[in-house]
Amino acid sequence: MQISMTVNGSEFTSEIEPRVLLVHYIREVLGLTGTHWGCDTSNCGTCVVLMDGQPVKSCTVLAAMAAGHDIRTVEGLATGGTLDPVQQGFMEEHGLQCGFCTPGMMLTARALLDKNPHPDDAEIRQAISGQICRCTGYATIVRSVQWAAAHPAGTGWDGADTAVPDVAPETADTDAEVKA
Amino acid sequence: MQIPASFDYVRASSVDNALELLARYGPESRVVAGGHSLLPMMKLRLARPEWLIDINDLYELDFILRDGNKLRVGALTRHTTLLESDEVAALFPIVRDAERVIADPTVRNRGTIGGSLCQADPAEDLSTVCDVLDAEAVIRGPGGERAVAMSGFHRGPYETAVGQDELLCELRFPIRPRAGSAYEKVERRVGDWATGAAGAAVTLAADGTVEDATVGLTALGLDRTVAEAAAVLRGKRPAEDLFTEAGRLAAAACDPVPDQRGPVDYKRHLADELTRRVLRRACARAAQMAARMQEG
Ligand SMILES: Cc1cc2nc3c(=O)[nH]c(=O)nc-3n(C[C@H](O)[C@H](O)[C@H](O)COP(=O)(O)OP(=O)(O)OC[C@H]3O[C@@H](n4cnc5c(N)ncnc54)[C@H](O)[C@@H]3O)c2cc1C
Ligand code: FES
Ligand code: FES
Repeated sequence: MQISMTVNGSEFTSEIEPRVLLVHYIREVLGLTGTHWGCDTSNCGTCVVLMDGQPVKSCTVLAAMAAGHDIRTVEGLATGGTLDPVQQGFMEEHGLQCGFCTPGMMLTARALLDKNPHPDDAEIRQAISGQICRCTGYATIVRSVQWAAAHPAGTGWDGADTAVPDVAPETADTDAEVKA
Repeated sequence: MQIPASFDYVRASSVDNALELLARYGPESRVVAGGHSLLPMMKLRLARPEWLIDINDLYELDFILRDGNKLRVGALTRHTTLLESDEVAALFPIVRDAERVIADPTVRNRGTIGGSLCQADPAEDLSTVCDVLDAEAVIRGPGGERAVAMSGFHRGPYETAVGQDELLCELRFPIRPRAGSAYEKVERRVGDWATGAAGAAVTLAADGTVEDATVGLTALGLDRTVAEAAAVLRGKRPAEDLFTEAGRLAAAACDPVPDQRGPVDYKRHLADELTRRVLRRACARAAQMAARMQEG
């Protein structure tokens, strides 16, 4: 079947099997491998992306169900060469070690801060409670999100210093077309 | 790699259209709402529908609406919407108690009340909530619409009154004066299914005695409400010794199975302790509501 959806602001149209999970569509068809896949039971949360602004587990949404919706992945966090404050916060406060859970954590943090710009620690812990980190023990993740809350975009923190690697979506071995 | 077996996918554009599609594709078709019970089961091949009918575009089923002395909740209402609704929390505090501990926030962004009830997993929290609140399920099918009381909705684990060619459309909750409700769950970790949970709803008479009480258990091997426990309270003033007796009766009535979440005696202990706690809290909340009614 043919599906179209907006991913990080660009519209993609692809021919897929209905059983393709959103996480696999994003990783394998669009080549955006920043979204990770970690379990078969909808428990780990490393696959979290934003669907119409809300964090969802992309391993438990069919790509077909996401058609027509607006998806944001970790590759869509940085804008115009500047890291999102959440990304900067994870750097400043050592919010990651291996980085496996990090994309999902950062997207949940972004959605939380969009809704509640000054969460307390308990609210941050609650927001990420469906996501597992095997490395950091969560304390540094909470501090990273607090850093982002204290340094919202456009308030003059020196994010522009941090070069953003240019990650163009690889559309290798796919028939996805970029429309915009 | 765990992905579902092949199927065909179609999006319904209205309730009528969904019913047509169910009729057209027959017993091998299934509707998908949030997909957070069905897709995991399809990955495990515990479910293998040939047709998946997506009802996520049916915004007409996503509503919370006060209608006289009933609160109407559309089947496609997400857990997150229920959790965040102040109107629901004010009328039925049990819903917020339960929603706080159902799965985790990302799962709650997708899972729906209709999916929860139709899944009818013995550990599903909202089934108990709907039971104790005496909700009514509104079901539509080729023959029209019918309303089914919760007692007739559950037919056993994973089985409900919703026929293969039917759609659960809404839940209707009776709003009662001087009412209070509460839910409490023991889970091994955030996002886990209940080891055991209890829910209670209480209405007080004008003189402060218990007019009606309902106790329900989740994941403890009882698919009806605990009539024995409720009978202890009726006509009496809420008191600690009555909660204790109700807890003892709930523990005796349930029939838990031992599993990795705990042995039988522990689960019976949960039935006892959690019944006392939810009754205590539901009675206190009912008294608060009665006091508010007197003021206003
Ligand atoms: C990691 C995880 C943890 C969870 N923990 C809990 C928990 O602690 N407590 C709890 O209660 N639940 C828990 N759940 C389940 C969660 O609440 C699901 O969202 C819910 O059970 C199903 O809702 P859904 O909308 O996703 O249903 P779906 O998966 O879309 O559907 C479930 C079933 O209902 C049918 N169906 C759905 N809607 C309708 C309708 N309107 N009419 C007729 N049939 C319909 C489908 O055909 C399917 O058979 C958990 C799920 C996950 C993934
Ligand atoms: S991959 Fe683990 S929750 Fe999605
Ligand atoms: S940083 Fe390794 S899992 Fe979180």
